[in-house]
Amino acid sequence: MTTVTETPARTAAVEIQDISKVFGHGKGAVTAIDGMSVTVGTGEFLAIVGASGCGKSTLLSLVAGLEQPTTGSVDAGGHKVAMMFQEAALFPWLTVGANIEVPMKVNKVPRAERRKRVAELLDLVRLTGFDRKRPHELSGGMRQRVALARALAQDADVLLMDEPFGALDAMTRDILHDELERIWREKELTILFVTHNVREAVRLGDRVVLLSSRPGRVIDAFPVEGERPRRIDSVQIAEQAATITDRLREEVSRHA
Amino acid sequence: MPDTDVRDDRRRVRGLDALELQPRRGTGERSAAETAGRIWAATWPKLAAVALVLLAWQAVVWSGWRTEFVFPGPDRVLPTLFREITTPEFWEAVQVTMRRALTGFALALVVGVIIGIAVSQFKPLRVAIGSLITGLQTMPSIVWFPFAMLLYGISESAIMFVIVLGAAPSIAGGLTSGIDYVSPSLLRAGQVMGLRGVQRYTVLIIPAALPMFVTGLKQGWAFAWRSLMAGELLVIINQQNSIGWALSQARQLNDAERLLSYIIIVLVVGIVIDVFFNWADRALRRRWGITGS
Repeated sequence: MTTVTETPARTAAVEIQDISKVFGHGKGAVTAIDGMSVTVGTGEFLAIVGASGCGKSTLLSLVAGLEQPTTGSVDAGGHKVAMMFQEAALFPWLTVGANIEVPMKVNKVPRAERRKRVAELLDLVRLTGFDRKRPHELSGGMRQRVALARALAQDADVLLMDEPFGALDAMTRDILHDELERIWREKELTILFVTHNVREAVRLGDRVVLLSSRPGRVIDAFPVEGERPRRIDSVQIAEQAATITDRLREEVSRHA
Repeated sequence: MPDTDVRDDRRRVRGLDALELQPRRGTGERSAAETAGRIWAATWPKLAAVALVLLAWQAVVWSGWRTEFVFPGPDRVLPTLFREITTPEFWEAVQVTMRRALTGFALALVVGVIIGIAVSQFKPLRVAIGSLITGLQTMPSIVWFPFAMLLYGISESAIMFVIVLGAAPSIAGGLTSGIDYVSPSLLRAGQVMGLRGVQRYTVLIIPAALPMFVTGLKQGWAFAWRSLMAGELLVIINQQNSIGWALSQARQLNDAERLLSYIIIVLVVGIVIDVFFNWADRALRRRWGITGS
């Protein structure tokens, strides 16, 4: 290669350039996102926080390609993108193993290979031996781990997470933070993690992006300091979270 | 990271899982006595109900409201019933009737599924015939018989025609509402995983719609059975033996004992099929995790 460009610390996995998203037409039109630009580095854990109406979920839908931006562009650079939600959304009539197989069926992975991958993924989320169970036999935290395994079964390296631990109790959430961090490292994933919980964002993110509400824009980005694994109840996290929460409060009172 | 850290991690997750999974209730081995107790607890109210009905029936007979010639008591009907079910003619009649019921129901199933899928796929069609389907469900199917006999003559086809008209709307309705009420979060998960086209149906929509579809089938069966009974009474084909024919025969011969016997048969068949559908419904719901049990 003759052209030598400056090598950034990370190559971009997802480039979100000046996007806006308007729902509806005419008088009833609602602008969910207006002029948002975010670059997510490969292997980055990006946490996105904002108050209600900041277009967090819309942003993820745009990155996942479920919807198209009204203006601007989203470039995932050929990365495969998977997504998780607040509810595990497992198919209740399938066993845990069969649920994880669904995306592989879509990708026409041969049966023997699917079985092998299911065992590996269950091991990864520490649910070995649960493949014959049905979702309703599991706890909320276990279901979210199955959902994570199912998302990883898509062979995606970009993972979008829409408040995935929002419905879990504090203890479960704490342990799942450790688990997610471990899997993120092991699988070298790029994660966009949307949450309204600032501490959770600081606990997990390499960087925390703060969004404004109605319409959603990036108002600030905070690199997170501190060695991993961090503890959600550490002083360092509390201090950084306080700074971000103050900015968030400012933003919320703007709408009074 | 030291090794112990990873192990601690794993133990923590396992501990949490163990705590969160509710201890199983009632899966311990059950003794024979307990099983018998359970069966008895489920059976005795039913037996009591039967006894109560028989008693009330006998009481009316004893009151002398009608002569025993037209309104015999259980003491005379039950022996007739037992004598009847040991004759080959009886089983022939049941066979003919059940064959008609199953054929008619199968036809209604095919028609109902086709209509149901068509309606759930094409919006204009839904607007056009959606309320018509609901309307048809409320129609007493016996209304169709004169027209059916005009179309098909005195034949089995006339009966089939009415069974399909009676049962297909319920089956179609069950299917469309099943498809309509697939949980949006499951649909979104399917979309994210790239489920498309036929696979979207086989992997997601059809299994998700199944419990409501079975409810539709159950209702459809009830309508099919009623239509068939009405049909066998009205459309009597070449003296062919059937439950309906036996009923009208018994009336013509003023044989109240046989008449009541066959009414009991119709009731029993209805109950048996209903039990079957309830069992299927419950098994499905348990598997789908809809009920907590």
